[in-house]
Amino acid sequence: MTHPSRPVTLRVDPIACDGKGLCAELFPERVTLDDWGFPLIDPTPVPRSLERTARRAVASCPRCALSLAR
Amino acid sequence: MTATAPAATRNGSARLLAAVGRPPTRAEHLRTFGALPGGNDVLELAAASKLRGRGGAAFPTAAKLAAVLERDGSPVVVVNAAEGEPASKKDRSLLRVAPHLVLDGAALAARAVGSREVVFGIGRPAPELDAALRERVRREDRVTFELRRVPSSFVAGEETALVQALHGRPAKPTLKPPYPSERGLGGRPTLVQNVETLAHLALIARHGPAWYAGGTALVTLGGAVARPGVHEVPLGITLADLLASCGGVTADLAGVLVGGYFGRWIAPDATASVVVSSTNMGAGAILALPASTCAAAECARVVSYLAAEGARQCGPCRHGLPALAGAFARAERGEVERLAGLVARRGACRHPDGAAGFARSALDVFAEELARHAARGSCGRRDEHVLPTL
Repeated sequence: MTHPSRPVTLRVDPIACDGKGLCAELFPERVTLDDWGFPLIDPTPVPRSLERTARRAVASCPRCALSLAR
Repeated sequence: MTATAPAATRNGSARLLAAVGRPPTRAEHLRTFGALPGGNDVLELAAASKLRGRGGAAFPTAAKLAAVLERDGSPVVVVNAAEGEPASKKDRSLLRVAPHLVLDGAALAARAVGSREVVFGIGRPAPELDAALRERVRREDRVTFELRRVPSSFVAGEETALVQALHGRPAKPTLKPPYPSERGLGGRPTLVQNVETLAHLALIARHGPAWYAGGTALVTLGGAVARPGVHEVPLGITLADLLASCGGVTADLAGVLVGGYFGRWIAPDATASVVVSSTNMGAGAILALPASTCAAAECARVVSYLAAEGARQCGPCRHGLPALAGAFARAERGEVERLAGLVARRGACRHPDGAAGFARSALDVFAEELARHAARGSCGRRDEHVLPTL
């Protein structure tokens, strides 16, 4: 990336997401679930120390609905 | 409901509606508005006039034109005539009264973004537009016009949903980005503009941005008003003046809804202090709710309607709006507030935000009535179905 210092944030594609909830299990630091099991994403930037965890959550989403954006 | 043309009233503010009462022919169009001058820098005119989109989102027209202009590829113009909001009738009215003005604006916009193609997505049959198309002079327009029917459901007017419908797919929003300006109809850079916006552009090209000044807007008045239907009003006047200039109200009011079902309720004693502008009027639907009806039941019915009209794609909207409607029907103030906060900004489009905003605004303005419902289950009034949900 051209801006290595720019923070990464977690995003969800709400159309792709079907509320499996894996993201909240794998990345509770930024994801909780609403009344119906759909993710509530904390928009606070993901610190470097949590990037690995974030990437694992992104890779594990069965609907490929989760992404990291810079 | 009838299939007849909604009444459009001509008044002293009439610009777009100057042709009301005359046949919508090319000859009358030229007599009323004059010929469209050539050689204008449409982007410059749109910027200088500060024209904003009249489909509800009030996005600056110049910015939309520029976004398409800066893309590579073969651009196309889509005219948004879905008009899925049940309380709005102004786009179909304008297409009946001044189809040539809309076509002028569409041709101008197309030339401005370097396109030769205009596709209309129309929610209902528009015979006057069909007839007007047969009268167009291809050499002058330098664009082709195509009319396609799209669903007139509530979400069909959302611009990505409209593009989907034009692709022959269900009229459901897609995730943005990509915006239609980036990847729209047939994957091409696409300018989506509302019917009325284009008609304003056609007049600005004739008279200039200084003439446009604050501008006018079409509104659809409903509820307890003397002259329901479509009116043209100057922007920047108070809601009280707007209602008075359009014939006035016919009853004691419980509140006035400005901007349709994604809009805001205004208390009767606040109408003189609320200024109606392009950014708070949505697509121009204004409903005067009489004090005789049950405001709680009217609003509960609208929230249920909005819940049912969702595209059912995004979980928070699909589950959250029915829950919100239930809480509203039970007059559970705290739960309505919580659910409204929970669903907002969590959909691919603004549908949940709009429904949540409507519910919150109703809580504010009809607080006493809702408290009576919460305490006693009823306020003693019945739902007179003033707010249309068909």
